[in-house]
Formats: sequence, C-alpha cells, structure tokens
Amino acid sequence: MLTLRCPCCGVLADETELAPGGTAHLRREGPEASDEAFEAYMFLRDNPRGVHFERWRHAFGCGKWFHAARCTVTNEVFGTYPAQTAAPPEEVLEAIRRRRPEWER
Amino acid sequence: MSRYSALRIVREAMRRHAGWGRAWGSPEPRRRYKVVIVGAGGHGLATAYYLGRNYGITDVAVLEKGWLGGGNTGRNTTIIRSNYLQDPSAAIYEKSRALYEDLSQELNFNVMFSPRGVMMLAQTEHEVRGYKRTVQANALQSVATEWIGPERVKELCPIIRIDGPRYPVLGAHWQPRGGTARHDAVAWGYARKCSEMGMHIVERCAVTGVRTEGGRVQGVETSRGSIDCESLCLVVAGHSGELAQMAGFRLPIESVPLQALVSEPIKPCMDVVVMANTVHGYMSQSDKGEMVIGGGTDGYNAYTQRGSFHHIEETVRALVETFPMLSRLKVLRQWGGIVDMTGDRSPIIGRAPVRGIYLNCGWGTGGFKAIPGSGWATAELVATGASGPLAADFGLERFREGRFIDESVAAGVAH
Ligand SMILES: Cc1cc2nc3c(=O)[nH]c(=O)nc-3n(C[C@H](O)[C@H](O)[C@H](O)COP(=O)(O)OP(=O)(O)OC[C@H]3O[C@@H](n4cnc5c(N)ncnc54)[C@H](O)[C@@H]3O)c2cc1C
Ligand SMILES: [Zn+2]
Repeated sequence: MLTLRCPCCGVLADETELAPGGTAHLRREGPEASDEAFEAYMFLRDNPRGVHFERWRHAFGCGKWFHAARCTVTNEVFGTYPAQTAAPPEEVLEAIRRRRPEWER
Repeated sequence: MSRYSALRIVREAMRRHAGWGRAWGSPEPRRRYKVVIVGAGGHGLATAYYLGRNYGITDVAVLEKGWLGGGNTGRNTTIIRSNYLQDPSAAIYEKSRALYEDLSQELNFNVMFSPRGVMMLAQTEHEVRGYKRTVQANALQSVATEWIGPERVKELCPIIRIDGPRYPVLGAHWQPRGGTARHDAVAWGYARKCSEMGMHIVERCAVTGVRTEGGRVQGVETSRGSIDCESLCLVVAGHSGELAQMAGFRLPIESVPLQALVSEPIKPCMDVVVMANTVHGYMSQSDKGEMVIGGGTDGYNAYTQRGSFHHIEETVRALVETFPMLSRLKVLRQWGGIVDMTGDRSPIIGRAPVRGIYLNCGWGTGGFKAIPGSGWATAELVATGASGPLAADFGLERFREGRFIDESVAAGVAH
C-alpha cells in the first residue's frame, strides 16, 4: 500500500487515509484567459510516466492539503511538502535527481 | 491463410492437428509504410482491418511493444452495450455493437459474441430518473433499451437481492442485445485478417520516438530500427501521453489503473451482465464459470498495471451486498490495466496538432465494446484525412471549443 508522510501533522499515512487531488502546480486561468490557455489549464496534462507532482489531502487525519512527488511507474515517493507553494522545494528536486539522474523538469 | 470451418476441424482432427499453421505472420519490419499504426490492441488492429477492407489500403504496419492484445484489450471485462445518453456516443457505440453481431462471420474467427443482455441497476431515486431519461434518449437514437421494474430484474437474474437495506434495486435500464465477447479472440481475429491482407503486425517493437519535420510527421524510431510513414496513427490507450510527448504535444488525458478480478469457477448461475453503478461494481459469468467482476478506477495517476488492493476490497464489498451468494466464493485472479481518461470521459478520434498524425485514444474504462465501430471510423479518418459522421464530434478540438460529450455526468461510470 502507498504510504505518504503528511507534512502538516507528521503522520505516516496509508493511502486509505488520504484523498488524491490530481496534478499539482497548475496555474489557474481567469475569465480573461484565451481558449488555448484555459484548455491547457483545465484539460491538457503531462501525464508523465515517471516523476509526478501531485496534490493529496490527509482526509481521515488532520484534513489538510499537501503535495507529493511520486514515480507513477514504481510508486516510489521522493518527498512530500506543504501546499503553500507554487513549485516543488529544492530538497525534493534534489531527492528526485539522486534517484533519477536522467530526469528533467 | 486457409478458412476455419467445422469441416476443417474434422479434417485436422484426423491428421493430429498438424496443419493449422500460424494465424498471423511475424515479419521483419520494412523501412517504409504508407500507414504506421502504433499499438496492436483491438482499436489499432480494427483500424488496420477497416483501412484494408473499406479503403483498399494495405501498405500498413501495426507496431506493438509487447504482445498482440496484451494491453487493455486482453485485460478487460468484455461488456458490450450502446445505451449511452449523448447522441454521438450512441451512434458510434451502436454502430460497434451492430458490427459485433456478425463479427465472427466477417472475420471467420469465433469472437464468441454473446448478446445475453446488459442491465444497469438503479439503486437510488436519482438513478431511476437518469435511466428513464436515457431510455427515452435511446428510443430517439434507435437503440433498443427499456426500463424494467425490480420484479423483472429478479426474474432475469435470480441471484440478485432486490431488497437490500442500503441500496434496494428500484429497477434497471435493460439492453437485451448487449452482452459480452471473447476479448483475445477479437484481437486475434482482426490480426489474422490484417495479416491475410498483407499487412505487417510487428510484435516486440516499441516506438521510442516520433520524427517530424516542419510540422509534419516523417516516421518513427523503434526498438527494431527507424521506420518512415506517410500517416501515423497513435492507438496506445494508457500510453497516449507518452507518445504525444514524443511527438511534441499534450493531450487532455490522464492514465490510471483499472482493476478486475475473477472468482473460482462455479455452475452457471447468471446469464446476463449486471452493472451496479451507484456502488461501483459490475459482474458477468464467463463460459468457464468464473464470476467476472470489475469496479471503478484507482484514485491517482499510475502506470503500475496492478492498482491498489483496497479498490478491489471496495468493489467486492459493494457487490456482496447485492449478490449475497458471492460471499462464499474465493478470488482466483486479479489484474489491472492502464486506462486513458479524458476530461469528459469520451474518446478522442481525430487529427493531432502535428500533420499526418491521427489519434484514437481516450476510451478509458469502456472501449472494448467500441472496437469495431472505432476501427471503422478511424480508418475513414486516416484514409480520407477527414472525420466522417461517426467520428466528427470526437475531435481533439472539442476541449478548446467547449463542445464536450459529457458521458461522465450522464452515466456516472463507464464500461
Ligand atoms: C480491468 C478493465 C476492465 C475493462 N472493462 C471493460 C468492459 O467491460 N467493456 C468495455 O467496453 N471496455 C472495458 N475496458 C476498457 C477497454 O479494455 C479499453 O478501452 C480497450 O481495450 C482499449 O483498447 P486499445 O486497443 O485502445 O488499447 P490497448 O488494448 O491497451 O492497446 C494499446 C497497445 O499499445 C501498445 N503500446 C503502448 N505503448 C507503445 C509503444 N511505445 N510502442 C508500441 N506499442 C505500444 C500496448 O502494449 C498495447 O498493446 C476495461 C479496461 C480494463 C483495464
Ligand atoms: Zn496530516
């Protein structure tokens, strides 16, 4: 079973305790956006086979949202980090590069 | 390749079955084809078949990284139905269901199409209203379905408990000519015919790159060398994102595992397909006697091809409530496939942003039933360069233009 450390309360939670929230770090488009920009935000996805940044909620724990970096092929978790950021922190990127030297963002 | 027939079985029986031969060839890939199709699942093979049958185009290669039919086509629970709400969906799924009716004759290969009837249970008031509406829509679309009450449900499927405490059965949306077919046989039957027409089906040939020049496709790089083509058709289901990335564009698709399981085989006890969408479970009985069970998708993107165990537990828990006899059965096997989910839960058939590349993907949890119709429509697209009436609404541009074919809201779940 997939387990993630909730960065908000520190609990190592099983996936049954968590609610997945989809791809992370999407920039929301407002009413003035072009059709292309809105389509990109709303529908188009990298859908990577490998490193994926995603949102989770500690639904049956502290209830807070957070982020995780996970490999979609092996389910290896490179790190979790708080929700209040628009990009993954350097130590998570470091952890990914250590495990996946060929990876590029 | 010689015809299969009853006489042939007798003849082969007399000579120790020594004369059957391979059903499809295993050629070395050439350096150039008119059309290259990536993915030898049902949709890729059906596209190749109808390119030959309907348009006389046989300079075609189907490239498959694993073995033929080893993707979702060989992993699905084989439900065939066409009782969708939206008109474009009903049109292509009904075309497909109709083609299934005589596919065995057409391909001279027994695909074991069994129109045993599909019922979608209504277990909430909301579902009752929704399905009654869909029955009306189906009448306008010339798709034969009807609304049936709980007594009729019990008559058609005696092992159902209709008065369960949480989700009593309030009725069902019944499609008498829906059913199942043998999934491998569908892939094998198409492959055999394609091979007979002189097309190349190349297994263990992974596409690793897409070559483009000035916004136009030139060919592909593969684990068995570089291949040029005029048209490239990507039909790789859960791997569509990967191929799109190779060609330099993105798709409105996310890949998630979908799991299924079968029980130990038991005596025949259920001769219809039952789908219980509120609780996310569906079931039929295979010819071998196994209860074939499927549920909802896993919650997060993955390419693991096995999925999370707790989803299996949830599906079984839900079904045991409606089919109490299941509680005594043992699970024999469980597996997963990677399904390609689009934003509106409808497929994509259309041109890609790169000239010469065509897309057939996004069938998600419910594309087995669509294989013949989708191949028919995609062949038209590749042969003529433009979508015909079956595929016209399924183009990629609908996401930008906001013309969704919103089956996610219409049906709740797929298959
Ligand atoms: C558990 C489960 C249950 C399902 N139940 C039903 C059901 O009851 N009814 C229904 O209608 N549908 C069902 N589906 C959905 C259905 O299986 C799919 O929609 C359908 O089989 C998709 O067919 P395809 O040919 O597009 O893809 P696939 O059969 O997956 O074929 C794609 C092929 O592309 C190959 N490929 C990928 N990448 C590359 C590459 N780089 N180079 C070369 N080849 C590549 C893969 O190896 C694969 O063989 C179910 C799916 C699953 C997983
Ligand atoms: Zn927490």
